[in-house]
Formats: sequence, structure tokens, C-alpha cells
Amino acid sequence: MTVNAAPIQTSGHAGHAGHTRSHLSHEGSKTGMWLFLYTEILLFGGLFLIYSVYRYLHAADFSVAAAHLNVPIGVINTVVLLTSSLTMALSVTALQRDQRSRSMNMLMATIALSGLFLVFKFFEWKAKYEHGTFPGMEHLNQLPNGEKLFFTLYFTMTGLHAVHVIIGLAVMAVVWQRIRKGTVTVANYPILEYTGLYWHIVDLIWIFLLPLFYLTN
Amino acid sequence: MEQARTVDSPQHILTTSVFVKVWVYLVILTAITVGASVLFPGAVGIGVATLVTPIKAALILLFFMHLKYESTALRTMFLVAISILAIFIGLTFFDYPLR
Repeated sequence: MTVNAAPIQTSGHAGHAGHTRSHLSHEGSKTGMWLFLYTEILLFGGLFLIYSVYRYLHAADFSVAAAHLNVPIGVINTVVLLTSSLTMALSVTALQRDQRSRSMNMLMATIALSGLFLVFKFFEWKAKYEHGTFPGMEHLNQLPNGEKLFFTLYFTMTGLHAVHVIIGLAVMAVVWQRIRKGTVTVANYPILEYTGLYWHIVDLIWIFLLPLFYLTN
Repeated sequence: MEQARTVDSPQHILTTSVFVKVWVYLVILTAITVGASVLFPGAVGIGVATLVTPIKAALILLFFMHLKYESTALRTMFLVAISILAIFIGLTFFDYPLR
């Protein structure tokens, strides 16, 4: 019934990718990836919990502080990430259909959009920094407690999110290179699929960050 | 398992049009959320955001992340994970309002 009756170490065998992969369960590794995503959800979930408590305790201050954020940039970044999720999903399905160059193009588009997100974020933070509204800086330290908490949470949560964007960008670049070299293919695409899942979680977290920080008043 | 296992059967590969449609809905829902908070600041804006954001999340999870077509086990695991988060936040708010 099984194609390969050899013992577990088949890598020494005449293995092309399909042969050595034959002992891996796609469903199993996908479950492993989702378990990792749950840890990400709970990581940010903990921060959302902190946000919700301090917002409850300092509702008015949060509203005042939120007015200082740049809503247009927040919305543009949201659309940028949503579009990057689209291109990411299209990249995965392209590779599933053995459309290698389409997959690479879509993945490169995703990388470009993530870069664009980071550029907007940079200018956003730069403006705050120049105004002194940055952790450890004068203007922030002089704010009332509730506003201080808002900005600290803002920089912590969007900062941690941006770190995830950077990591995602790096992983996407590596996977793009592997598709180019031919180690990630229609017969061996799960790593691209899981990169996609990671990227969608990053987008998902941003979807929640938007109303909490930019649309609060 | 056989090599064929790593390749999804045709119905599990979503078409481009499905993804684009979901994207359009997501952008429209974003516009609704932002519009509501700008035009109706306060409780209404926040209310709309609270209702619409989970819908956007669901669209991403079900279609972009393929959860709609995954096994029941995987979907159940996801529901358990977010239920745990809901309990964390929910039970915390059994405490603060009563202090």
C-alpha cells in the first residue's frame, strides 16, 4: 500500500523532495502552525487586556490622547495590510496550482506592501518623536496618567506589531528565494501556506489595533 | 502517507475572485467603521466598530486563512483559543467594576 517501505531516515536514500516528505502529515504540521498562531493571539491578547482595563479606568484621557493620532495614516496602513493579505493568499493558491511565477510575483507584492506599511509607520512615529510624545521623552512624561498610559500602550502594541511585520517580511523574502531556487514547489508548498497564515494573523491584529487606537473618540 | 497528500484537491483551492470579493468586503467594512467613528463620534462610532471588527476578523479567518474549509478539529481548536482569551478579559471585568 505505501510507496516507500524504507525506515524513517530516508534522507540518505535517493530522495527527491516528495520522497523525504512522504512521512510528514500536512494536517499535522498545519495544526502545529495554528498552535503557534494561538500563542500569538494570546500574546497580543494579553496586551489587549491591559488596554481594556486602563481604558476602563481612564476613559476620558484615552479619548483625548487618541485625538493626537493620525487617522488617515492609520486607515491607509489598514488598506495596505488588507491588500497584502490578498496578495499573500493569491500567492499561496498560485503555487498550489503550479503557477510559479505568479506565486513569486504575488509574494513580492506582499513584501512590497509590508515595506510600505513600515514606511508609513516610520513617518508616523517620527512625527510623535519630534513632538516629544515618545516613551521616556519630555512631552509624554508631562501628560496626565491616562494619556501617558494610552501612548505607552500605543507604542508598545504597534511596536510589537511592527516587529512582527519585519519578521514576516524577512520570512517572505526567504520563501521567495526558495520558490525561485525550486525547493518550495507545488509538491512542497506548506512553508508558503504557513507564511501566509502568519501574515494573516499580523493583519488580523492590526484590524483590532485600528479601532482601539485610531478610532477612539 | 503518499506524496499526493501534500497537494490539495481542487475544491480546496479558492479562486482569485473569491479572494478579491473578500478583500472588497473588508475595505467596505473598514470604510464603514472609519466613517461611523468620524461622523458619529462617541458611543455610536464605538458600537459600530465593536460590531464590524469581528466580522472583518471572521472574513480573514474563514477565507484568507482557509478555516472555512479546514477540519472540524482545527476549527474547534481555534474557538477554544479565543474563548480562553474572552474568559481572560471577561473575568477581569468581573473584578474592576466592583472595586
